[in-house]
Amino acid sequence: MRTRGAPYAFLAPALVLFAAFLAAPVLYAGYLSLRRVKVSGLGLGAGARTEVWAGLGNYTRSLTDPEFVPSVLRVGAYGLVVVPVMLGLALILALLLDGGRTRVGTFTRTSIFLPYAVPAVIASLLWGFLYLPRVSPIVDVLDRVGITAPDALSSGWVLYAVANIAVWGGTGFNMIVLYTALRSIPTDLFEAARIDGASDIQIALRIKIPIIGPSLIMTFLFSLIATLQVFAEPMTLRPLSNTISTTWTPLMKVYRDAFVRNDIYSAAATSVVIAAATFVISYGFLKLVGSRAFSQES
Amino acid sequence: MKKTLASVFAAALLLTATACSSGDDSDDAPAADPNEKVALTYWSWAPNMDKVVEGWNAAHPNIQVTVNKQDGGDPAVAKLLTAIKAGSGAPDVMQAEYQKIPTLVAADAVADIAKEAGDLKAKFPESAWNAVTLGGEALYGVPQDSGPMMFFYRSDVFDKAGVQVPKTWDEYAAAARKIHQANPKQYLGTFSSNDPGWFAGLSQQAGASWWGVQGESWTVAINDANTKKVADFWGGLVQEGVINNKPMYTPEWNAALNDGTQVGWLGAVWGPGVLEGNAASTKGKWKTALLPNWDAAAPANGNWGGSATSVTSQSKHKAQAAEFVKWLNTDPAALKALAGTANVYPAATDATSVALTQPPAFFSNQPDFYTLAAEAGKITKPFTYGPNVNVAYSSYNDAFGKAAEGKQAAGFGAALDTIQQATVGDLKNAGFTVAG
Repeated sequence: MRTRGAPYAFLAPALVLFAAFLAAPVLYAGYLSLRRVKVSGLGLGAGARTEVWAGLGNYTRSLTDPEFVPSVLRVGAYGLVVVPVMLGLALILALLLDGGRTRVGTFTRTSIFLPYAVPAVIASLLWGFLYLPRVSPIVDVLDRVGITAPDALSSGWVLYAVANIAVWGGTGFNMIVLYTALRSIPTDLFEAARIDGASDIQIALRIKIPIIGPSLIMTFLFSLIATLQVFAEPMTLRPLSNTISTTWTPLMKVYRDAFVRNDIYSAAATSVVIAAATFVISYGFLKLVGSRAFSQES
Repeated sequence: MKKTLASVFAAALLLTATACSSGDDSDDAPAADPNEKVALTYWSWAPNMDKVVEGWNAAHPNIQVTVNKQDGGDPAVAKLLTAIKAGSGAPDVMQAEYQKIPTLVAADAVADIAKEAGDLKAKFPESAWNAVTLGGEALYGVPQDSGPMMFFYRSDVFDKAGVQVPKTWDEYAAAARKIHQANPKQYLGTFSSNDPGWFAGLSQQAGASWWGVQGESWTVAINDANTKKVADFWGGLVQEGVINNKPMYTPEWNAALNDGTQVGWLGAVWGPGVLEGNAASTKGKWKTALLPNWDAAAPANGNWGGSATSVTSQSKHKAQAAEFVKWLNTDPAALKALAGTANVYPAATDATSVALTQPPAFFSNQPDFYTLAAEAGKITKPFTYGPNVNVAYSSYNDAFGKAAEGKQAAGFGAALDTIQQATVGDLKNAGFTVAG
């Protein structure tokens, strides 16, 4: 009897924490998304507002909001810029560092990684200063040599301006992950390839990249999820320009609804939609490539 | 196993549910015992408020107030509403901007202290009193500071360009053209899509009142003729390119104030602090005037900023809290500390004579600063805020962001229609009765 209970005793702390801090809030958000406040008359004074069931009203309102679809498309475009550029850069840098295996490696690695340690809000403030024409040293220098830099926060450029911050902050982390995977490849593989007459580029393309496939997939998945949740960068840049609206990304819309408009009910509905979409996309992606890529290792 | 898991789960859920649903039961304050020791918490974002409160704490050993510094008006309200919904965690006393009061009243977050505070009406200007009573018998806070709008300008630049201080908006437009033509880098001002309160103040001056109460229903008039007039005026200047279209309160705007490319600012009485913080090196070059007017024969003004001190509905010591709030905003010593230490412009009408005898340090070259401010406050038009100012204001950010970026005068009027629609739609959706 005692031995039968032991596993549950060991599991209990994790289960309680899971239930209290993950499952319960998720369920509560789901509950809130089906509720709404009903106000009567002028809505002043106690008793003028009551919480009632809303059915799926919050969901229809959230999905048909004219700002919602553009914000989803915007994040899609943002992802198309960020993910390939960031992972491409991370892969090239990791291969270069691994290929060289030089003494400057540690310093270079650290300096590429360092931006990852800068919180997104600080990074956005920092880049914000570099973007604003009047205070930007970059614009100033370009101006002196006779080049008029485009306004980074104007409507045509703002997407790239935000993407640039994410790339700057995320490349280092992904590079370290890929680099670590590269370092764990046994060197005799390369020796064998070299004896067969393979060039460095061929080794990189034919041996290194296929072997670190699982790491590439993992970094891709992380980047995808981070893209869907982009929030801090545009939120911090918003007051600096006319071009970033309060619903620029879906999460910004959730924030606005919950904390600016005090409508946590429709914010909960939008959150549930975003969470479901994130789950479907990540799971679908893993299903699509997972089996193929992970079977490489065995 | 399944059963255990399920019960743990249910317990956790129950915990969350009760934490979030026990609310509005602290209305009946216990009978006040004069010797009872009471500790009050006070949320405020005014600088040095703790030093102002020290004066109260020294004189009232039984009612000790602790100031809890907030980031600003918006985050404080978000926090308060969350605490109200959670049923605990709200302070006893809270600084609340005038435009937030209807929202807080509608959420049952602030208490009616008409009985506890007594008759204070005579001590405050009509517009401030209206903001804390919502025009009724209840009292949802005591006015703390007000923000009559004022015009700040670089007198040296004006002299050099041969520009007179504009008395009307037509003259303002002419001055903006002249200054920008003389030096294409210089602007007399900017249209800021980030500051709905600023635009609301300008509309208030033109005679707008964005919300109103008609019997038992709300009215919304954000795209009325008065506000349209203001929007068209600014849209025209932005399209012409003689007024900048970038938001205020950005590093860029700060730099422009400092290096003399923004040579004017339509600010409010608290403006000297902003100018001193952002453009300290330009001290002595700025002057103050009343806002330009639509009709020089009938001068009017608007309000930008200002707040009241309210007692929250969660306070267990309503009587003591009300007493503190009353002291803070009407006692001569407190008014002096508010003006001198916390750098606010007290709303109380006698503050000018008790506390504001010297001009602010940044405007030491303008001895009549507070006489002007009092004049500006006197001609401020009435304006009613509604229960969803936050919706209108966030819609302003988006709609006017687009309009300012597009630089087309027509876009400015259209932005007002967007805001009107969003505001009315939100009210109706929540169930408020809306007239028209």
